Amino acid sequence: MSNFIFGRYLPLDSVVHHLDPRNKLLLSFCYIILVFMANNPVSYLLIIAFTIGAILASKISLGFFLKGIRPLLWLIVFTVVLQLLFSPAGGHVYLHWAFVNITQFGLINSGYIFIRFLLIIMMSTLLTLSTQPLDIATGLASLMKPLRWVKVPVDTLAMMLSIALRFVPTLMDEANKIMNAQRARGVDFGEGGLLKQAKSLIPLMVPLFMSAFNRAEDLSTAMEARGYQDSEHRSQYRILTWQRRDTITWIIFVVVLAAILATRRW
Amino acid sequence: MAITFEHVSYTYQAGTPMATPAVTDVSFQMPDHGYLAIIGHTGSGKSTLIQQLNALLKPTSGQITVGDFTITPKTTNAALKPLRQHVGMVFQFPESQLFEETVRQDIAFGPQNFGMGETDANKLADAMLQTVGLDSSYAERSPFELSGGQMRRVAIAGVLAMRPKVLVLDEPTAGLDPQGRQEMMALFDRLHREQGLSVVLVTHQMEDVAQYAEQVAVMRAGKLVKFGTPHDVFRDAAWLQANQLDMPRAAQFAQKLAARGVTWQQLPLTAEQLADQLAERWPREGDAHV
Repeated sequence: MSNFIFGRYLPLDSVVHHLDPRNKLLLSFCYIILVFMANNPVSYLLIIAFTIGAILASKISLGFFLKGIRPLLWLIVFTVVLQLLFSPAGGHVYLHWAFVNITQFGLINSGYIFIRFLLIIMMSTLLTLSTQPLDIATGLASLMKPLRWVKVPVDTLAMMLSIALRFVPTLMDEANKIMNAQRARGVDFGEGGLLKQAKSLIPLMVPLFMSAFNRAEDLSTAMEARGYQDSEHRSQYRILTWQRRDTITWIIFVVVLAAILATRRW
Repeated sequence: MAITFEHVSYTYQAGTPMATPAVTDVSFQMPDHGYLAIIGHTGSGKSTLIQQLNALLKPTSGQITVGDFTITPKTTNAALKPLRQHVGMVFQFPESQLFEETVRQDIAFGPQNFGMGETDANKLADAMLQTVGLDSSYAERSPFELSGGQMRRVAIAGVLAMRPKVLVLDEPTAGLDPQGRQEMMALFDRLHREQGLSVVLVTHQMEDVAQYAEQVAVMRAGKLVKFGTPHDVFRDAAWLQANQLDMPRAAQFAQKLAARGVTWQQLPLTAEQLADQLAERWPREGDAHV
């Protein structure tokens, strides 16, 4: 659990950490498009180099980073194996058994899917590792602003999002405490058969829900006591500013984009 | 069960950039049937220290002995389950661990996890309910409809039902009213004296330390800075102040008297000790030596 870094924030002082969260969100989104544009070894090498460069710029040690996303590897491997076994025919057939086909195209495709998944997970991990959850929420809210014109309650959504994010660590702590208390009463979490494991979750989930509901009630009372109203237009404590370094990231991005457009197989 | 800590250190998230040492090189010994109080500021490593007692956290280095059990960084979890039965843990705000439909079922949950049959466990649950001072009418109620203080009693009964030999208490009276606090501390004292339970108490209440503890461990920034009897710890007012610790109120009062020329054979720490020593000093009216 403690090695699992996906979705966590790592406070460091680096260029990547100081980028505008809106910019980081936009970049990550465009990065995904970039990943799907690459379709041959050279263009993939380019993206991998770009990704590693971004991680290095964030001052997060590469070893720690890779160790942290290792738990997610199983998810990727699972998807890749499905792709490998059930992909449509094409090219040389290596194995054919019932409805299972392992073909040359399937093999190459799964390889690419593996790399794509890995890259996207690496970049999104980098996003959360280098951006505080609240900044992500503020950034998202700011990016969603145009939706106001079609009557989407952007501010309320942003508030919900930031409250949800704010309470993730609190609930994690709470879950940890309750697990410890139940372990001390002889519960073995994550041991035994599936049924036993599922059953051992009850002493964790019931108190956790209880405390989450209590917390939600307390919070809403506290917010109302301080005059919170849903419809009110509110100003921001954190003001996001677009800096020169944000512009520079886009220059780099466009260069990489051009390089990939030049090298990909059309 | 006797407890020995030998050069125990614990680091959270060891081996990552987020590694934070919480306990550093702690060594002490506590005899069987002892009563140890652990005091220190918030964040001084008290809670981390006590979680090592039943190996919820295993030391990053060093060795802990609890009775016949030895915990080292390499001890496997399977070997530790019997230990958890012998070391009962009452965490801060233990009422948050309640989950069953009835109070009886919740108290019987622990013993059943350690292999006791349902009927026996239920019987034990009813007995424990009495021990913590709730009558049997509570057994069939849902724990969630009780008051905070009652929920805490139920949670403590749930720990006592495992028949532990060591009782570890992490600020068990936090958030209780003065009467509830006194009753709770008296309960633990009774269990300690009558059933020979070893007690490890983490607390900010210096009065409780003075009144009940036989040994005191003072933690600061993850280190054990003082270990001894309450008298050893509370004797030095300047040292206590430097460590931002309070004296028990009776001792504070006695010190003020000392500043005005009263001399004490031994600094009284509790109200009773203070009253006794004062009574010796002033002959009662009607004793008529005058």
